Amino acid sequence: MKILLVDDEQELVSTLAERLSIRGIDADWVTSGEEAMEKIQTTPYDLAVLDMKMPRMSGLELRKKIQEIKPHMRYIFMTGHGSAKDFYSASSEEGADCYLVKPVHINTLITKITEVLAQ
Amino acid sequence: MSLFKKFKPEFLSYTATDSGPFKSLFNFKKLWINRILILLCVALIPLICLATFTFMVTKDDTEIEINLRTIRLVSNAKRTISFFVSERKAALSYIIRSNSYEQINNNKQLAIILQSLKESIGGFTDLGVIDASGKQIQYVGPYDLQNVNYSSEEWFKEVAIRNHFISDVFLGFRKVPHLIIAFKHTLPNGAFYVLRATLETERFNQILSDINLSGSEDAFLINKFGTIQTPSRSQGNVLSKTALPVPQYSEHTEVMEVTDSQLRKIVIGYAYIPETPFILMLTEEKTILMQPWRKTRNMIIFFVALSILAILVVVYWVATHLVNQVFLADLKRASTLHEVEQSSKLASIGRLAAGVAHEVNNPLAIINEKAGLMKDIFSYKEEYKHDTKILGLIDSILASVERCGKITKRLLGFARHLDVSIQNVDIRAVIEDVLGFLVKEAEYRSIIVTVDIEEDIPQFETDRGKLQQILLNLINNAFAAMQDNGHLDIKICRVENDFVAVSVKDDGSGIPEEDLKRIFEPFFSTKTKTGGTGLGLSITYGLIQELNGKLGVVSKFGKGSEFTISLPLTNISKKR
Repeated sequence: MKILLVDDEQELVSTLAERLSIRGIDADWVTSGEEAMEKIQTTPYDLAVLDMKMPRMSGLELRKKIQEIKPHMRYIFMTGHGSAKDFYSASSEEGADCYLVKPVHINTLITKITEVLAQ
Repeated sequence: MSLFKKFKPEFLSYTATDSGPFKSLFNFKKLWINRILILLCVALIPLICLATFTFMVTKDDTEIEINLRTIRLVSNAKRTISFFVSERKAALSYIIRSNSYEQINNNKQLAIILQSLKESIGGFTDLGVIDASGKQIQYVGPYDLQNVNYSSEEWFKEVAIRNHFISDVFLGFRKVPHLIIAFKHTLPNGAFYVLRATLETERFNQILSDINLSGSEDAFLINKFGTIQTPSRSQGNVLSKTALPVPQYSEHTEVMEVTDSQLRKIVIGYAYIPETPFILMLTEEKTILMQPWRKTRNMIIFFVALSILAILVVVYWVATHLVNQVFLADLKRASTLHEVEQSSKLASIGRLAAGVAHEVNNPLAIINEKAGLMKDIFSYKEEYKHDTKILGLIDSILASVERCGKITKRLLGFARHLDVSIQNVDIRAVIEDVLGFLVKEAEYRSIIVTVDIEEDIPQFETDRGKLQQILLNLINNAFAAMQDNGHLDIKICRVENDFVAVSVKDDGSGIPEEDLKRIFEPFFSTKTKTGGTGLGLSITYGLIQELNGKLGVVSKFGKGSEFTISLPLTNISKKR
């Protein structure tokens, strides 16, 4: 299992990747959509954890682009913003598997990753 | 006063407390008074004009009728008296022309003439023949007037100049009121004699009493000096002076109005009787003559008063109804504005909360991950693995982060539901969300909150944001009504299969019975001095109606209140 973490908060995403690695999950991290697209070209990922609000390219836009080249990848959305608009855009999109509001307990995230990949 | 209180419009006792856009657009008292005055003017001015016109016309008509009647009566009497005098004058003229001086100067012959006059036309008392020296040389009649000398009498001097004469009524030698007609006849030798006849004044009295007079009318003769010539009911005895003014000469019958010494208005009909010194007078008090008109006037006044009363009632009702409609519309406007403001406030608070939560959530997530990593590192390192103090400190950081996370998530959740209208709602989650905001206050004030939810309550479609607002308002009100250590019981059950009932019961101050029926009215508040707008329950009531629900209340003053809302489980989306 290999996952990609995408969030513009470097402090958050790097620490999260490290903690997942400690628990045996191979996780790479990037801080923008553009970097994520580059990573995707070279590395096969099973799942991407995407921040919904990022500068230049949002989590939803990024997911659409990834889907064009990696149609079987799964996604978990994460956001600090809990607006209804976000919630419904995320849940109504095809292929959106999960929506989590920060801060997320590490065990919750691992459980969700396991669940989404098991579907 | 108490009757006015009973019918006193509600808006008169309304005291506006709002300002800005919520301020009432009208001064209802002024508006009401203006409407009443305008309506009264429109209704009363034509009525009063018409009544005044009718009043004047009927009065003028009555006066004209009185004048005409008076003129008719006086004219008739004048003709009769004039004819009476003319007839006797003509008879004497005929006698003096058809008899020689010798015949007339014969006492027996004179007696025969008198007898003939009495029997033919009547009205004569006596006859006398007076020579140029004024001595009555022949006399036939009831008095002893033979040889009486009239040379110093005014009438004798007059007849000597004018050839004939009709006297006023006077006493004369016989000391009895009478009048005379005298004719002068000049003899061939240049000397003259006078034939004098006395007329009975009784005949005048008879003629005047034959006039068809009403009870207080008076008809009598006066001479040009105002001396009464015939008996009068109101003016005094014969030969006394009348108190009335002597009317100006006119050939025709006239009517005039005078005020007597007792300030009574007297209507006088008068006529100068031609070739006599007499003026016929017919008098009557005007107030008595106007009696029939006063009846009409009283009828007019009665109907006008009745109409004014009816107009007052209708005007009061119409103006009150009209202004009350404006008042209610204005209240509704202010209430809607308040509602919009409250919704807008809530939406703003929601957006603010969501913004803050978002900004706080990212740093919280970083703290969470950094503290988590620290814990991971310490947990895997042998030297720290058993250091409970360090691990405890990190756990404490993580617990605080989790607590902050819950708060921001609750805020986000609350704000999120304000944006959305109809959705599937779990009533348990809504109660939990709402109580989440009040749990700290309950702890500080030692208020015990119990929630009892029946197990078979399904999720149902409704507007979650409105439901949150309704429950928040009701629970907030209950908290405000309770003292510290109070009890709040929330019970949710299914009713008649299609409804869910939520009851919020407190043991607070309760609501007085007289206020109970008004608590859902907009702007009704017993807390205006402490900042209450009187809109909380009104808005709650409106929101429940929007959800097709019902709101009931049971309260005992001093014991507490129970508000129960019932919401449909199925039909809200269909109705919408």
